[in-house]
Amino acid sequence: MHGKLDLDATVVARARELAARAGQPVVDLARSHTTVSVERAVLRLAGVQGADPDGIPWVNRLVDAVRSDVGLGHGVAVPVFHAMAASGVEDVTVLAQKAAAGSVRFALPEKKAELTAARRRARRAATAGLKMIDRRRSERDRLIKRYGDPKQRPWIYLIVATGDIYEDIPQAQAAARAGADVIAVIRSTGQSLLDYVPEGATREGFAGTYATQENFRLMRAALDETSKEVGRYVRLTNYASGLCMPEMATMAGLERLDMMLNDSMYGILFRDINPIRTFVDQRFSRQIHARAGIIINTGEDNYLTTADAVDAAHTVTVSQLLNEYFAHEAGLADWQLGLGHAFEINPEVPESFRLELAHALLARELFPDAPLKWMPPTKHMTGDVFRGNLLDGFFNLAGALTGQGILLVGMMTEAVVTPWLSDRDIALQNVRYVLNGAGNLHEDFVPGEFIRGRANQVLSEAIDLMERIVDDGLLNAIADGTFGIMKRPADRGKGLDGVAKQDADYYNPVTEGLE
Amino acid sequence: MSIVRPYGDTTGDGMVQLSFTLPIPHDKRAEGAAIQLANKMGMDPAMLVHAKQMGDGYTFFVVYGKVTHLVDTDKVQVVERDFPLLSAKEVNAAIKRRLRRRLNVVGACIGTDAHTVGIDAILNLKGIAGEKGLEYYSELSVTNMGAQVSVPELVETARERKADAVLVSQVVTQRDAHLQNTLAMSAAFREALPAGKRPLLIVGGPRFDELMASELGVDRIFSRGTTPREVASYLVHALAGGAQ
Repeated sequence: MHGKLDLDATVVARARELAARAGQPVVDLARSHTTVSVERAVLRLAGVQGADPDGIPWVNRLVDAVRSDVGLGHGVAVPVFHAMAASGVEDVTVLAQKAAAGSVRFALPEKKAELTAARRRARRAATAGLKMIDRRRSERDRLIKRYGDPKQRPWIYLIVATGDIYEDIPQAQAAARAGADVIAVIRSTGQSLLDYVPEGATREGFAGTYATQENFRLMRAALDETSKEVGRYVRLTNYASGLCMPEMATMAGLERLDMMLNDSMYGILFRDINPIRTFVDQRFSRQIHARAGIIINTGEDNYLTTADAVDAAHTVTVSQLLNEYFAHEAGLADWQLGLGHAFEINPEVPESFRLELAHALLARELFPDAPLKWMPPTKHMTGDVFRGNLLDGFFNLAGALTGQGILLVGMMTEAVVTPWLSDRDIALQNVRYVLNGAGNLHEDFVPGEFIRGRANQVLSEAIDLMERIVDDGLLNAIADGTFGIMKRPADRGKGLDGVAKQDADYYNPVTEGLE
Repeated sequence: MSIVRPYGDTTGDGMVQLSFTLPIPHDKRAEGAAIQLANKMGMDPAMLVHAKQMGDGYTFFVVYGKVTHLVDTDKVQVVERDFPLLSAKEVNAAIKRRLRRRLNVVGACIGTDAHTVGIDAILNLKGIAGEKGLEYYSELSVTNMGAQVSVPELVETARERKADAVLVSQVVTQRDAHLQNTLAMSAAFREALPAGKRPLLIVGGPRFDELMASELGVDRIFSRGTTPREVASYLVHALAGGAQ
């Protein structure tokens, strides 16, 4: 499958080297800052559970209390575990409740022995959380061994999004029985901008279902049943994005989710989340994903929905290279990198399908060991469902022909309705037909000059752009609107007030366990 | 000729196609039920050309048939939007030509309402239903203040940013909060700024009645299902003298 495009190995190496140079300053930034959400994730791992009567999680209340007493720059672990010793409270959730009521104050230990003791207790609690994630990971390995992986590549990825977890469950189970290998539960619109994670099972959402730890648990348990029934391990996906990215990753690890949407720049560009907040949260969440054996899905498809898919093809490559760099730096292995790309070229463009093949094959050959995530057409889907079904067929064929790892099933009713039962059935029939009839066609597919030329051209445009980013600095490039068309300066955007510089005595027992 | 019927392959044949799902397993009775539905919808005769069971208890049908209904094109009533729907390109061009500067938009959810879903759908680049939000329009300068913004804050920001238009989203309707908040907001703008200096006031939310604009002291109300493009088109219509 490799080497069909004659990519020059020195050019590819140059691309990776540029990605590392562009990414390094951002990694340094991430390592020297913390955020309210990183600290809340630490507390979740250390055992803080539940929410107050208004639905605000105790982790939020506790981080807010610590922050108002001693700031965020030391990390919350030491002040929290020091206060536990000082106040004699044994349970960290109880401490959060007391702190919220104003009956506990936080301070930094004055004596070295107290500091050492607080760190030791924090480490013990956080390690227990990480061990839970480890247990979930081995549980997944066991279940995959027992039930098996999907027989074919690409894995078939389907979305459910009713807003009601108890409706989602039968729909997800039906989708799995009909052939879906991966179920993604779309989140409610606007959840990415909530600075807390809702609690409990939820029954109403806007165009999606709230991501909560209880919803994660319910859906995973239901899919475990279905995995047993269909004789293959059905994977579950949610979103580690938005203002609570580190907590989402943590909850995913604790509830054995298998894949998480986790892009390095999506929140910045498309949700106007502060760039520093995003990069700090992202690094922590990727470290958790690495530990939990979760496959991340990146969001390059989104660039192509705003910009032209031919003109902006190289921005996808640049983003994939950056996502790869950040992912490797955080400890993720190649098999965990579901780098995204999409079939979004205007079908009226001459040779559009050959261009799609060139772009898809470029991603395949640049990242030979990553399970690429191949996203269906959305931008050029109209109310003409018949044409839409044909376009989805060609999308499926391009996926098979270029060896994509994860195929998000396209719906002919894209842009018309949220998928009906019958839409999903027709879409899966489309996928099955293509994979049955042409699943191994890549063995016979040898691209000619047109496709090879186009792929090499996109790669060289990507390198040009990357050189500009390295000169300019990634944060400045984002501020100047290099990606997509949005200008996102580092001192603006949502969630900036939740970012703090780490002090010299910053301590984070989870990061310590993950580095 | 104002009376027409659907066209299959012969004038006047009345042929249509229809597909739907019934929540029953596939058997003879299910096929009969599908024909019965088609008959009730005015298809007679109805030909069941495809039936396929999906999962345990659902069957998908495709039916072709002749409809007995006639339509009179003279009796079709069309509700015209009072402003033309423009593409992003047209919106940008109209603003450039008419205003010769970017049009400033400030948006917020006011009161205790924490549901930014509406304002984000309209303003965020991500947009909704495949349409990009107002941030996507190069000639619109958008400030999204987010949720739980107080009225004085909103007025202050609108003044600071020299807002041409203020967009307020209200999702929560408990005890008519959406109406109270809107009234408070429009009153505050009237108090703070003279008529000529006041930005265009627009509110949106799923429970608003679009006819209540004057009662609430705002220029326009958008209800459920509004897309960013409609809002952008309205802004051009109201502030940049339309596309012409």
